[in-house]
Formats: sequence, C-alpha cells, structure tokens
Amino acid sequence: MMQMKPTRDAYGHALLEIAASESRVVVLDADLSRSTRTDWFANEYPERFINVGIAEANMIGMAAGLAMTGKIPFATTYSIFIGRAFDQIRQSVSYMGTNVKIVATHAGLAASYDGGSHQGLEDLALLRVLPGMTILSPADYHEAKQAILAAAAHQGPVYIRLQKEEMPVFTEESAAFQIGKARTLMDGTDVAILATGSLVYEAIQAAHRLREEGIFAEVLNISTIKPLDEAAVLNAAQKCGCLITAEEHNRIGGLYSAVSELLARHYPVPIEAVAMNDCYGETGSWRQLRDQYGLNAEGISTAVHTVIRHKNKQMEVTFR
Amino acid sequence: MEVMEHAQLTHLANEIRKKLIRAIHHVQTGHPGSSLSTVEILTTLYFKYLRYDTNNPHSAERDYFILSKGHGAPALYATLAQAGFLPEEELFTLRQLHSRLQGHPNAAMLPGVDVSTGSLGQGLSIGIGLALGFQLDRKPNRVYCVLGDGELQEGQNWEAAMIAPALRLNHLTAIIDRNQLQNDGPTESIVPIDSLQAKWEAFGWNVHVIDGHDFDQLDDALQDALRQTERPTMIVANTIKGKGISFMENQVHWHHHPINDEQFAQAMAELGEVNR
Repeated sequence: MMQMKPTRDAYGHALLEIAASESRVVVLDADLSRSTRTDWFANEYPERFINVGIAEANMIGMAAGLAMTGKIPFATTYSIFIGRAFDQIRQSVSYMGTNVKIVATHAGLAASYDGGSHQGLEDLALLRVLPGMTILSPADYHEAKQAILAAAAHQGPVYIRLQKEEMPVFTEESAAFQIGKARTLMDGTDVAILATGSLVYEAIQAAHRLREEGIFAEVLNISTIKPLDEAAVLNAAQKCGCLITAEEHNRIGGLYSAVSELLARHYPVPIEAVAMNDCYGETGSWRQLRDQYGLNAEGISTAVHTVIRHKNKQMEVTFR
Repeated sequence: MEVMEHAQLTHLANEIRKKLIRAIHHVQTGHPGSSLSTVEILTTLYFKYLRYDTNNPHSAERDYFILSKGHGAPALYATLAQAGFLPEEELFTLRQLHSRLQGHPNAAMLPGVDVSTGSLGQGLSIGIGLALGFQLDRKPNRVYCVLGDGELQEGQNWEAAMIAPALRLNHLTAIIDRNQLQNDGPTESIVPIDSLQAKWEAFGWNVHVIDGHDFDQLDDALQDALRQTERPTMIVANTIKGKGISFMENQVHWHHHPINDEQFAQAMAELGEVNR
C-alpha cells in the first residue's frame, strides 16, 4: 500500500526538527501559516515566528535583515505570490547574497479549486534568472524534509518549491539531500525522462508502462533546478539520444528551458516538454487539472513516443 | 547642543559637501541634489549617534545604517571617507569600473556600507528585519534608515510602516529626507505625500518633524528616539534638495546631473574652498 503524504507537511515537520537544535532558525509567513504548515512551528516557538500579514515584499526585506543579524530565516508563502516579491528577492536576497530561505507551497496547479489566479506556474522561470539562487524541487515527503534541512545548512539564498496535496512517498527516508545532484531512479537507453517535483512519480509510472511496450526509459529525479546537474543531464542525453522533461510549470523558463539551454550548448538532441503549454490553469481538482493539461504518466508516455519518432527521423537523415 | 559640538558638526558637514561635489565633478556622473540634502542628517548620525569601529567595519556590536534612498550614495561615501572608512582619494573612483564605490551602495564591496540599496522602497523592511533580529537576541544594536520622500510612493514602505510598531521596534529610527522634489518634478505635483506627520503617527510611530539642516533639531529628535521603549521613531526632516550650493537648491535639474568646470568652481567657492 503506497504511503501518501503532502510535501508541505514535510516542511512543517522539518522546521520543528531543525528548531530544536538550531536556535538561529526563525520563520516568517504572509498570513498563510494554516496552509503552509508553519503554524506547527508557530505553536511551539511563538517567539521565533512572525506572521507579517499579507505583505510578501516586506516579508522578504525583513528576512534579509534577519539574515544579516545571523538568523536563518525561512520566508513562506504560496508559489503564486513569489512574483509579488520578485524585486525584493532580486535586490535584498540575490544581489546581496543574504542567507534567506524562501519556501513556496501550493506549486503548479495545486491551488486547484482556487483557479488560475492562484496556480503558480512561473516561479522557476523567475528565480532561475537570479545569480546565486539555489532552487530545490523535491519529489516527495522524505525528499522535501531533507531539502529543508539541507537548505538550512546551506550558506546562501535557497528557494524550495513544494506542493499542497498528499503525494506518493517513494524515496529513501534517510537519504540526505544533495544540492545540485540529480538521482537516476530507473535505467534505460531509448529515452531519458528528466522529471521534477510532482511529476517524478508520474515519470516512474510512465516508464513502467513503456517498458511493457519495449521502450526502455531512463528516469532522473531533477530535485535541484539550479544549479542543474549538468553532468547527469549530458550523460543521459548521450546514453539515450533523446529526452523528455516533466514539470508542473510553464514550458517556458523552468526545467525544460534549463535542460534545453544545456543541450543546445553541448549536445543537441531531440527534446520534448511535458509542462503547461504557455497557458493558465483553471478551477478543478488537482487530479482533473493534471489530466486536463497532460501533466501525468500518460502525457509523459505520449511525449516519449513523439521524441523517439524525432530521434529516429534524425537518424534516418544522418544515414541517408 | 553645545556650541563646540555644533561648530564641529557644521565644519564636518561642510567638509562632506566638498568631498561629494569634488567626486561627482571628477567623474561627471552622480546625484548631487539628492546627496546634498542629506548631509546634516548623515553628519549627525556618523559623528554623534552611530556606534562603529573603522578598524572593524563588520563589528558585531556596531549600529546599522541603511541609505534606503541609495542614489544619495555620494553623500554616504563622502561621510564614510570623512569618518575614516576609506581614503579621501578613493572618492575619485566613484561610479568607475572596478571601484568599491558603486553607483548605488554595495555592501559586498565596501566595508562600512551595511546594506546594498538602489531599488527604492526596500530599506525600511530590511531595517525592520535587522531591528527584529537584535530584539530577539536582546542585543543593544540600533538601526537607522534614511528614506527619500519620492521614495515613499513605493508601496512596500507602507507595508513596513504598518508592521514596525506592531513589533515594538523601539531601536529602529527612520529619517525622511523631505526635500520636496523627485526625478520628474515636485512630489506634491506628482503624487502628493503630505501630511507625513499625520500618516506616520496614524501608523503608530513616534514622529518628529524638524528642519533637516538644523543640528539642534536633529539632535533633539535623535535623543528622543533613544528614549523610546515601545515604538520606532520617524523623523520627517524638511530639507532643501541641493542644499549648500546656491544654484542647485530646489532645482529638479540637479537630481541626477554632472557638474561642469565653471559650476564646480562656483560650488567650491561657496563651500569656502579657494583652490581646487
């Protein structure tokens, strides 16, 4: 029976875990603590928790100031509201290199019933373009907890992207999160599926189904978006000759872009994106929306077929 | 304020003005008007109130200063030079490639600068974070933040204004350089911001309205800030943009403009300097 747990709960638990031994941790939330799970920390350590009110820009500035006094601040909101504080993240965090940790829950289509206004599909694009920003995108509860711990220990700005609803728990509980390292979850030679966050488990499901069709897909968990594990990506490209990326994010600016940029520079091969096709979401359940927009195992399988066709066409041309 | 102290601060302010004018003229770029209006404020802070050690600019016991109106950097750099953080000659590298004196203050490059600024409206939030951090650790460090008046049109300032009294940050003191002018014209013709006193009092701050070029008034207000136990202090300092140089005073033109040789000669003469 597959265990199901939300990654935002991992955040809540991880904060309690660190807080006990690390007195420098302080937590800020822009009035969403009952959803982001920072309220668990707030209940235990009220003197180290600040609800800044519905004021994300000020929250980031405050986090920067706190970091300058030696604190390890965790500034929290939904991924959709990261854009509200973009200049503050750029100037007060990235430009100065302040030791601020920014945690966003409800990434992608997660705020499903709330509708398109609340579905954060741009945050990876926004943050990737900030020098010195480390971007983590854990795939399940265990990895999320480890990512928070790793972020606290890391010196420098970190952004961590989490979901809302319960998700399959499939990674190793005690495996420490290695910032900048992708993990190969399945071996294959026909195509490499580079997935992140909520789509990693879907990628594994897709790979199993494809295997039954005689297609052997390599699956990588890209849990660090920036810095990208370039060696792992190029290795997969060389091994398989074509790639799929899968993310709950706009096709523009996130994992697909990061991987494409790298391939174009070093090893151009056919690549297809499983992502939102530069459009907004809408109201519905999370499952319905992911199915609607093809952000699931089926969407990944379809993309695999497409990219393998491209690969074969290219090879035909080469050998003509 | 004692006569001696007053005379000393007056002299220092004059020296700082000369330094910043020399620098801006030398490099032919910078914000003279915006820099000149803050000089008495910076002089009082750096030579009477701020605790710092030029031999240990990153000292943990130091007070923090934030120039939220970062374009006033020439005045900050001139003040830091006057205080001994950097050699006077280095001021001539203002805004030049590889200089520690970046166009807007950069904390990573210049010891003595605590916070990098430039994009308006962000300094007060950072000041709140600093003050809160010290409060949590029960440390005595104080935080001072100078804002522009046009800068107050940025909404983030008001997010900061709302939360600081709620957090009872009595060691935080903000000063508005109320020089009435912004890039494109007078603030009151563009987006009126008065009454600043009424606004900041309504937000719960301890407010003073003073002549920002009067050392006695600056001193009284800053002393009162030290006595606060519950609330942060906001000092609305009425100033003159371009103060000290007759042809720059109250002129929008001098917000961001190079100084030619003739203007430079006249400016320095007004500041009491015969030769360059």
